[in-house]
Amino acid sequence: MSDLIRSTAAELAARIASREVSAVEVTQAHLDRIGEVDGAVNAFLHVDTEGALKAAREVDDDIAAGAHVGPLAGVPIALKDVLTTEGVPTTVGSKILEGWVPPYDATVTRRLKEAGVVILGKTNMDEFAMGSSTENSAYGPTRNPWDLDRIPGGSGGGSAAALAAFEAPLSIGTDTGGSIRQPGAVTGTVGVKPTYGGVSRYGLVAFSSSLDQAGPCARTVLDAALLHEVIAGYDPMDSTSINAPVPPVVAAAREGANGDLSGVRVGVVTQFSGEGYQPGVLRSFEAAVAQLKQLGAEIVEVSCPSFDYALPAYYLIAPSEASSNLARFDAMRYGIRVGDDSTRSAEEVMSLTREAGFGPEVKRRIMIGTYALSSGYYDAYYGSAQKVRTLISRDFEAAFATVDVLVSPTTPTTAFRIGERTGDPLAMYKADLCTIPANLAGNAAMSLPSGLSDEDGLPVGLQLMAPALQDHRMYRVAAAYEVARDAAAGAPLIQGVPQLAGAAR
Amino acid sequence: MTSVYELMDYAEVIERFDPVLGLEVHVELHTNTKMFCGCANVFGGEPNTQVCPTCLGMPGALPTLNGKAVESAIRIGLALNCEIAEWCRFARKNYFYPDMPKNFQTSQYDEPIAFNGFLDVTLDDGSLFRVEIERAHMEEDTGKSLHVGGSDGRIHGAEHSLLDYNRAGVPLIEIVTKPIEGTGERAPEVARAYVTALRDLLKALDVSDVRMDQGSLRCDANVSLMAKDATEFGTRTETKNVNSLRSVERAVRFEMTRQAAILVAGGKITQETRHFDESTGSTSPGRTKETAEDYRYFPEPDLTPIAPSREWVEELRGTLPELPWERRKRVQDEWSLTDAELRDLVNAGAVDLVAATVDAGATPAEARSWWVAYLTKEANNRGVELSELAITPAQIATVIGLVNSGELTNKLAREVVTGVLEGEGEPEAVIEARGLKVVSDDSALEKAVDEALAAQPDVAAKIRDGKVAAAGAIVGAVMKATKGQADAKRVRELIIARCS
Amino acid sequence: MPSISRDEVAHLARLARLAVTDDELDLFAGQLDVILQSVATVGDIATADIPPTSHAVPLTNVFREDVVRPSLGQQQALAGAPAAEDGRFRVPRILGEEA
Ligand SMILES: [Mg+2]
Ligand SMILES: [Zn+2]
Repeated sequence: MSDLIRSTAAELAARIASREVSAVEVTQAHLDRIGEVDGAVNAFLHVDTEGALKAAREVDDDIAAGAHVGPLAGVPIALKDVLTTEGVPTTVGSKILEGWVPPYDATVTRRLKEAGVVILGKTNMDEFAMGSSTENSAYGPTRNPWDLDRIPGGSGGGSAAALAAFEAPLSIGTDTGGSIRQPGAVTGTVGVKPTYGGVSRYGLVAFSSSLDQAGPCARTVLDAALLHEVIAGYDPMDSTSINAPVPPVVAAAREGANGDLSGVRVGVVTQFSGEGYQPGVLRSFEAAVAQLKQLGAEIVEVSCPSFDYALPAYYLIAPSEASSNLARFDAMRYGIRVGDDSTRSAEEVMSLTREAGFGPEVKRRIMIGTYALSSGYYDAYYGSAQKVRTLISRDFEAAFATVDVLVSPTTPTTAFRIGERTGDPLAMYKADLCTIPANLAGNAAMSLPSGLSDEDGLPVGLQLMAPALQDHRMYRVAAAYEVARDAAAGAPLIQGVPQLAGAAR
Repeated sequence: MTSVYELMDYAEVIERFDPVLGLEVHVELHTNTKMFCGCANVFGGEPNTQVCPTCLGMPGALPTLNGKAVESAIRIGLALNCEIAEWCRFARKNYFYPDMPKNFQTSQYDEPIAFNGFLDVTLDDGSLFRVEIERAHMEEDTGKSLHVGGSDGRIHGAEHSLLDYNRAGVPLIEIVTKPIEGTGERAPEVARAYVTALRDLLKALDVSDVRMDQGSLRCDANVSLMAKDATEFGTRTETKNVNSLRSVERAVRFEMTRQAAILVAGGKITQETRHFDESTGSTSPGRTKETAEDYRYFPEPDLTPIAPSREWVEELRGTLPELPWERRKRVQDEWSLTDAELRDLVNAGAVDLVAATVDAGATPAEARSWWVAYLTKEANNRGVELSELAITPAQIATVIGLVNSGELTNKLAREVVTGVLEGEGEPEAVIEARGLKVVSDDSALEKAVDEALAAQPDVAAKIRDGKVAAAGAIVGAVMKATKGQADAKRVRELIIARCS
Repeated sequence: MPSISRDEVAHLARLARLAVTDDELDLFAGQLDVILQSVATVGDIATADIPPTSHAVPLTNVFREDVVRPSLGQQQALAGAPAAEDGRFRVPRILGEEA
C-alpha cells in the first residue's frame, strides 16, 4: 500500500508544497486505491478521474510557478453527493436525480476548488441524507471497511468509509441529525458538525434546512481543522450564514496537541447512558473521560433533561421540512420523468415519478412531514417539536454556563450489521440519539475515535459539543485527547482497519 | 362560451340583500431584481433567460431576500395606514403546481409585514368610502404557462404546456381588505374605486408599474350576499382574472346578480374560485377541488425573520410622497373647489397638470378651464391620455398669459394650442408662423372701422342716433376683415368713438 | 394518540404526490402509526408558555442589495429538463385552475 494514501492531509500538503511529491502523484495514488477497493466498499457514486487530475496538475503548476497556495492545496477529497458540482453528476443517493448535472457549484465546492483541494468524486449516502446506515442509497449500500458486513453509518457513510478505506484523506459530510458524527464514530474517523451557519448551505441539496450543516471529515483532528477553515465562513448566498470570523480551529487543534487540558471544564451528559447503550461503548466512553481528567480537565456531570425529547422532536421537524424541500422533485424541470405517455396529466406524471424515484424511507418521511404540518395536527406535532427545540437550547445554555464542552458517546452502539434494522425504522432512528440535540440547538459538535468496543472490536466514537461559534473549544480538547489515546494505544486507531479484500498487497 | 345564468334584476338584489366584498390585490414591484435572487425583474424577456438555480428551484439553491422589496412593502404598508410588524417571518405555502418551481410559494402567513390599515376611496359623487385593510404581505410570483394543442390556448383540452420561469420569483405584495360592508348598491363602484385608488397610490409611491394589462396589478374579488335579516356572512366566491378597472366593477355586479338568483331560488352558493370573462362580462367556475387545499404553512427556515427597527420605519415614512387623497384635499382647499369641481378635475386625471400650470403662473380657474374643459376633449379626440398630449403646463400658462395681456383672443389662443399639439413648436413660434397676433394698432383698426361704417351707412346712422346695440354688426364686419385678429372690445370702443 | 388508517395514508400520499401502491398503503399505515405515536411524546413537555424555535441561529434582517446578478443562459436552464420546446420547459397537460 502506497504510503501516500496512509498519510494525513497535513503531511500530504506539506510534501506537495515542498515539491517532494506532486499533487498528481498523490491524486493518482488515491484514484488507484479507489480502483482497487471501492468495488467492495462502494463509497463512491461517481469518480471524476479527469477532473481530479486536472485540478492536481493546476496545483502543481501553481507551486512550480512559485504561487502562494493554501494549506491543503493538492490534497484529495471525497465530496458527499449532496453538494452540487458544476459539470459533475449530483444525485443525493436518489434515483429521482439520476443523471442530473448541476449548472452550478455549491459554495463548499467552490471554496475547495479555490483552495486547490482536489475533488476525487462524489460519495454515497442515504437517499436525501435520510438514514443512519447508508442502506437507503438508491445505488446500493456502502460497507464499513472495519467489517464489510456492517454499515458505515449514515447518511454520510460514503464519506466516512472513504477515509477508513484510505481512498481519500479528507471528505465532506453533512449533518442534519448526526450524519457526519455517527458515520465518523462507527468507522473510527473524525467528523465535525460546525456551528449552524458556520458553513454555507448554498448548493447543499436540502433535507432539513434548519438543521443541515456541512462539515469536515478526516482521520485526524488537525486535518479536520484544516479542512474546516477552508470550507467555513460567511456566504451572502446563504441567508442563515453567520457573518463573523471563522472560529480559530486550526490554532486550537495545534494548541490541544500539546496535551494540557488544565482549566478546561468538561461536562458529562447524564442522559446519554443506561438502557439501549452497548456496554462496550459505555466502557470506552468512561475510559475517554478518565483520559480527559488525566490531561487536566475538570469533569462534572451535567443533566440536560429535555434531551430525552430530542429524538421525537427531530423526527417531526426534519420530515416536515423535508416534505416541503423535496416537493421540487416533480419531473418538470430536472431529474427523471416517469409515465409521460402524452395522455397523462402533469399531476399524474409528478406522482408516478415521485413514487418511482423516491425510496421507502424518503416516502415515509415525506408522509410524516405532510401529516405533522397538516392544519389539524400542526400544533400537536410540528409546533410542539419547535418548543422542544427551545427547551433543548435552554439546556445547552445552562450546561455551557458551567462547562466549556460537553461529552457523550457519539452513538449508543457500534456499527450494526447491514440489514439488521431496515425493517424497523424506530430502531434505526435510535442511532442518532446522542447527536441530534446539537442539530436542534445549532451548536458545534464532533466525533472522534475513543477506541474499540471490547465486546466486538469495532470503533467507538466520543462526542464533544461546544456552544455556537466556539467550535475551537472542542478541537482543542479533541486534539489533546487524540494524542493521549494514540500514545496509550501505541498507534492511531485507524491503522487497525483490516486489509481490504481485493486490495493489492 | 355560452353559459346560461339566471340573473336577478340589480334593483331587486339590493332590495333583498346586502353585498359583502373582499378584495385581494397582487402588485408586482418594479425592483431591479427578483424577490429572492439576483435575476433581472423585467417584463417580456426571451423565455427562461432571467432565471438562475434559485428561481428555477434547483436542488441546493437558496433564497436571499431583496432589501428593496422589503422597503417597498413597508412604504406601501405605511401609505395604507397600516401597522408595521416589529418582527415577522416568511412562511412556505405548500402546494404542487408546475408554474411554481419549488412547489411551495415563499409567502407570509400569520405574520404579515403590514396589517390593520385603511384606504379612503373617492366615489363618483365625490364622497369618501373607507376600505379597511387586513394586511399587506410579501410573496413571490409564479412562472407562466403556455397551453399547447387546445382549441384556444386555454388550459382545458391542451395537450401539453410550456413553461417560462422568467416571472417566477418576481416580488409581489398582496394587499387584502377586511370584509367591506355597507356599500349597498354601490358595491361594484366601491370595488372599482378601491382598485383605482390603490393603483394611484402605488404609482405615487413609485413601487410598481401598476399595469393591469401586463399583470403587474391583479385583482381577485370576493363577493357574498347577506339576506337583509341575516346576521352572518353568506358563502363567498372568489373571482380571478379581473384585468381592468372596468372589469372589477362588472365582475362584482355580475356575481351579485348571479348569487342572488341562486339564493332566491332556494339554492346554495358554492364556495369556489371563478373566472371573469371580459367578452361576456360573466364569471364561470374554476375546477372545484375534491378537498379543501391544506397548504401546510410553516416558517421559512431558509430566510431569517424581519425585524424592521422603528427608526427605519420612521425614515421610510419620511420618504412617502404626498399621497393622492392628501393632495386632492389640499388642492380643493387651496383652489376653493366645490366637490363637483374637484370630482371633475380628478376624473379628468388633471390634478398634476393643473397644479403645474398654476405653478407656471396661471390661476387655478384658468388652468382648470384649459385642462378640464378644453384639453380633455382634445385628448379624447386624439385617443390619448390627457397627460400624453404634446403640450406642457408651461406652454398652457404662456398662452393664458398672452390672452390676459390682450395679445391673443380666446379663439386665437385655441389655435395656438392646436399648433403646439400639432408639433409646430412653442406658442410664440406658432403665433409667428401662423400670423396670429391680435391687431392692436389703433390706426389699422380705425381704418377697418371706417371702411365698415362706410359700407353700411344705415347701420352707422343708427349708431350715431344712439342705438349702440347696432354696433355688433360693424364689430362682426371688422373682425371678418381682420381675420379675427382684432380685439373685439377695442373695436367696439373705436366704433362708438367714431360715431359720437 | 392517532391511529393512522389506510385512507389517511392515501390522503397524505395524494397531498405529497406519491402514487403509492396498495402494498405500500398497508406497510406505511403500520409504520406511520408507530412512528407518530412515538414522536407524539413531544407534547408531554411542550407547554403553552414555551416559545417555539424555528431557526437555530437568531439572525434577523438579512437582506440582499437590489443589484442584478448574471442569470443562467436559456440553454443551461433547460439542460437538465426532461423535455423542452421553444426555449421553454415542456410538461404534460396541466389539470386544474386556469392561471
Ligand atoms: Mg398569496
Ligand atoms: Zn433567479
